[in-house]
Amino acid sequence: MFAYILRRLVYAIPILVGVNLLTFALFFMVNTPDDMARMQLGVKRVTAEAIEKWKAERGYDRPLFWNGAAAGAGKATETIFFQKSARMFLGDFGRAEDGRDIAREISARMGPSLAIAVPTFLLGLGVAVTLALMLAFFRATALDFWGVALCVLLMSISGLFYIIGGQFVFAKVWQLVPISGFGEGLDTWRFLVLPITIGVVGGIGASTRWYRTLFLEEVNKDYVRTARAKGLPETVIFFRHILKNAMIPILTGVVVVIPSLFMGSLLTESFFGIPGLGSYTIDAIQSQDFAVVRSMVFIGSALYIIGLMLTDISYTLVDPRIRLSS
Amino acid sequence: MSFQPVLLWSDVLLWLLVFAVIGLGAYSGRARHLRRSWKRLGKSNVATAAATLLCAFLLVGLLDSLHYRQRLPDAPGQSEAVYAVEALSALDGLLSHLREHNERTYSAPLAARAFVMETEETTAGVTRVYPRLHYGGAHLEDESGKAIDVARRALTGVGLALLCTALVAGVVFRRKPQSDFAWRGVLSALLVLFLVACTLSQLAGDYHVFGTDKVGQDVLYQTLKSIRTALVIGLVTTLVMLPLAVALGIVAGYFRGWADDVIQYLYTVLNSIPGVLLIAASVLMMQVVIDTHPQWFSTSAERADLRLIALCVILGVTSWTGLARLLRGETLKLRELDYIQAARAFGVSSVRVITRHILPNLMHIVIISLVMDFSALVLAEAVLSYIGIGVDPSMHSFGSMINNARMELSREPAVWWSLAAAFSFMLVLVLAANLFADAMRDAFDPRHEG
Repeated sequence: MFAYILRRLVYAIPILVGVNLLTFALFFMVNTPDDMARMQLGVKRVTAEAIEKWKAERGYDRPLFWNGAAAGAGKATETIFFQKSARMFLGDFGRAEDGRDIAREISARMGPSLAIAVPTFLLGLGVAVTLALMLAFFRATALDFWGVALCVLLMSISGLFYIIGGQFVFAKVWQLVPISGFGEGLDTWRFLVLPITIGVVGGIGASTRWYRTLFLEEVNKDYVRTARAKGLPETVIFFRHILKNAMIPILTGVVVVIPSLFMGSLLTESFFGIPGLGSYTIDAIQSQDFAVVRSMVFIGSALYIIGLMLTDISYTLVDPRIRLSS
Repeated sequence: MSFQPVLLWSDVLLWLLVFAVIGLGAYSGRARHLRRSWKRLGKSNVATAAATLLCAFLLVGLLDSLHYRQRLPDAPGQSEAVYAVEALSALDGLLSHLREHNERTYSAPLAARAFVMETEETTAGVTRVYPRLHYGGAHLEDESGKAIDVARRALTGVGLALLCTALVAGVVFRRKPQSDFAWRGVLSALLVLFLVACTLSQLAGDYHVFGTDKVGQDVLYQTLKSIRTALVIGLVTTLVMLPLAVALGIVAGYFRGWADDVIQYLYTVLNSIPGVLLIAASVLMMQVVIDTHPQWFSTSAERADLRLIALCVILGVTSWTGLARLLRGETLKLRELDYIQAARAFGVSSVRVITRHILPNLMHIVIISLVMDFSALVLAEAVLSYIGIGVDPSMHSFGSMINNARMELSREPAVWWSLAAAFSFMLVLVLAANLFADAMRDAFDPRHEG
């Protein structure tokens, strides 16, 4: 097991390097730091000195890959690539446009993001699996048909509608919860109820339908027929056998996203004014803060790779036929 | 000539795509294994109804993709014709009264008076009133007759719709179709379409059926214009994605070895970057490039158009990975099958094996995933435009409509009609696409047979 995890970690490095090179190419080669400076400074104040000053303040005045002017190891380290991209591997993300340390900002914002994302994820999974199991249990009945129809309808509604509509009805018209914001301590739940509910409802259509197909695939398998022939009641077949076996494909889809919960939800957080990583990312995109976007890309990919690894490990836990060593 | 045709890039691509789809349909109608699937699709009422709705959207989008510049009235002593700077589309021409009838600011759907009070000076002094609209209900002498007028027009619309549907139904059933094509789906979708279209056209002449927005523009007009943007995003993106996904997926699965390793590495890297962030990063970069090269674009419409295409390219480059992975897996399975092994043993070249034997057997996966992606892309456009990395702000799209209108809900009383119009049109489009995609999968996926 340990050797396997180690090997997967080694595999992950070239992928992270690839992500790093890709973002570097996007952010520094497609357009030069001069262009970025012009964007940030606005059209009015653009003089050659202002651009040079902006670049010097942020350390963008170095060469891209190779600094011939520096001495010794500095030839490789005194470059934009090393200072801005390679150092992300060490957890050093540099500073945002407003001068704050990005790494510190990220660790401070993780909490609120998780406070929304974890309950949404768990509740959503529970509700979707339950509903899907119910639809599969009553398969080929009117309940199943209208349930699937409802799922397709829910899927076809824009995520923005759930948020805008929910906020309007529950927070503005009925005034059950505050419209937006985030509190400290025990009072926080009042701010969390609505975003979590909307997150669960918004995701329910697609996942219920997907899990239903997974359950139905199991229903037609031989071991289920054997169980029926033995005279097992349908409920036992569903909860003891089908649910367990369908968990394997469900896990693949689900475990991958667990590490990404740290990133928060972009839309929910920005609509509800929650100071998490999702709203941080949106703000950075809107104010064109390239340093922050670059850091979030890097963290996001690292989390995704961890997710892939967790998926493989979770396979062995639920399916004893799969051995990691082989 | 009283007008000069204008070719925008997205127009060219959209029309090309439509012809390509027709060509593909004709090809797959001849290929026997696919013809059976098409027939099965035609038997489903849901599929034909959804397809009819999609065709209606496509018609609006294509009308909106024929651009021209109107000729300006001749000035004295002028020898050459001068054309307006603004490029209009055929749809603009048809809806000229909607486009030109602008109010001063908000007005509710079917309203005859403005939504906000204005100061009016009369002989009795200064009063605060809701003024009459310039165009909405302006034909009414007495406002109390509005309800009756609206009802009368709506009823005329319903009558017309029933008449049209009856006509079509008569033509269809007179010819007594022998096949088991699901005409019922087409007719019921047509009934709904005619009902909506006739009622709207009866009312839209003298009212703002969906109200007006902040700058007084008709919301119905904006909604209809948004359809083209959604279609371009949903269709042109596949034009970019498809060659990448098909070529790389098949090459990886067929040749294996180092090619497989490189391609797998490429799509794992792309996949591991969170989608929105990759798109955001690319769009930000594109914006910088566009802003630093203003000389590339002669008009702002051209800039908005190129931005739309760039967005499609970015969405395509970031979303080919899923389809490529599917195709790679399927190719891996196919290449081990006996008939392909036999072809290789006879010395048939790789290119020929791929085009003759592998590609046709992957067609169902390609067709299914194209239709499935369409609805996802339409929904994605709204989200991207909300974040501010979508289409040009000057371009009508569902996303920018939502983005512009979302603050208005906090007004007292709320301005809800822009949002409602954008969301409901988007819902119908996406729902039709989803239902059609489901029916396509049932008809084309061999695993769903029986």
